[in-house]
Amino acid sequence: MADHAHKLEILRGLVKFKSNTQKIWGVLVLLTIITAVEVVLGISKPDVLMGQVLGMKALNWIFIILTIAKAYYITWDFMHMRDETKSLRRVVVWTAVFLICYLIFILLQEGGYVFDVYKSGYIKNDF
Amino acid sequence: MDNTVVSTGTEGKTWGGGNKPLNSSYGKMMMWFFIVSDALTFSGFLAAYGFSRFKFIDSWPIADEVFTHIPFFHGNYPMIYVAFMTFVLIMSSVTMVLAVDAGHEMKKAKVTFYMFLTIIGGAIFVGSQAWEWATFIQGDYGAVQTKGGNILQFVNADDGHRVALRDFVVVDELKERTNHERKNGLWFQSEGTLPTYTVEEVIQGMEAHDNVLIRTQIINEEGEKTVLSRGASLKLLKDNGKAVVEGANLHVNEYGSPLFADFFFFITGFHGFHVFSGVVINIIIFFNVIIGTYERRKNYEMVEKVGLYWHFVDLVWVFVFTFFYLV
Repeated sequence: MADHAHKLEILRGLVKFKSNTQKIWGVLVLLTIITAVEVVLGISKPDVLMGQVLGMKALNWIFIILTIAKAYYITWDFMHMRDETKSLRRVVVWTAVFLICYLIFILLQEGGYVFDVYKSGYIKNDF
Repeated sequence: MDNTVVSTGTEGKTWGGGNKPLNSSYGKMMMWFFIVSDALTFSGFLAAYGFSRFKFIDSWPIADEVFTHIPFFHGNYPMIYVAFMTFVLIMSSVTMVLAVDAGHEMKKAKVTFYMFLTIIGGAIFVGSQAWEWATFIQGDYGAVQTKGGNILQFVNADDGHRVALRDFVVVDELKERTNHERKNGLWFQSEGTLPTYTVEEVIQGMEAHDNVLIRTQIINEEGEKTVLSRGASLKLLKDNGKAVVEGANLHVNEYGSPLFADFFFFITGFHGFHVFSGVVINIIIFFNVIIGTYERRKNYEMVEKVGLYWHFVDLVWVFVFTFFYLV
């Protein structure tokens, strides 16, 4: 990495910073806002967001999306992924994302199946 | 990097290992690959948590009702302390990246200062996690476990708030059961700590207090735990009550499914161990900065590498926070 060639814009160029230090503080503000939103939603649990969307509460989807947004900024700006070559970025991110999605799919699918077996089968666990 | 790698005379030759693949140094790339594999380990744990949760989706503990304490204050404050811990860790990530930035500019004093703040932040986080563990292990309200392994908790019929065992159960002073220790009876045989109360004492306490009801693990349609009627509560307790549970360990916990406590200890423990080792590595690098190792090397890349690890620990916590405390 060329040492002083930081890319200084976040949110697709919406916010541009003058120096790397400034960008770090900007990202901190962003992450703090996201965490605050999560905590407020987690405590208040608005009724509007408790409906089911794609098999999960809408609120849970919001939490997961906000978490991925946070993970993106930590990786891209704190870990300097934004300044690495495209190939290194892909080697790291695509590998991890693919394997993790696979793992999540297969385990959650299985968990749901076991739940159904307990529920509708002959196994009793409410004594 | 030239000062840290022995010159082999093959610089720039593709098959001589001389040039840098992906335009990044060997150490940094290996740190990235380590992070990928470690990320897969953590996702394995979290996905296993998801598996168990989906398996018991209608009876899993509600995190908001488990993690409600903050140090030095009484009362019910769900999530506040974990949010604070998250903020501490993000903040120490910021000081770390500021140290890396100062390293690029070869400012030794600034690197030292920011590394120091990072270590402090890490120490606060590990300390908070230890406190969180202690609170979780100690428990608060107490519960009764049934023969089937389910947890029965107690609520006040008037306001629906939880009732602790100590508020309505009285210890029978004449009971003969005492803790069996190594020193008496069979030599070198001992048993775990006995709970403060026996199931019979809980039944008596419940009969004496008309306003105590039982709350089961089952989550109803409103997303809350089911509260039984007075008659059903007493019947369930008398028929199925088997053991009193106070706090949590790897076998039982008063919050609900034992798996919840197992995963709590395992995932936050594994993460806490990462933070701890991160702090140790940070301290080593901190002293290297102070004695001028990187100043002589004319390169602070080592700070950047340990920084990658430190940010990764933060990254994992963001996911643990979501999947353990929020969702």
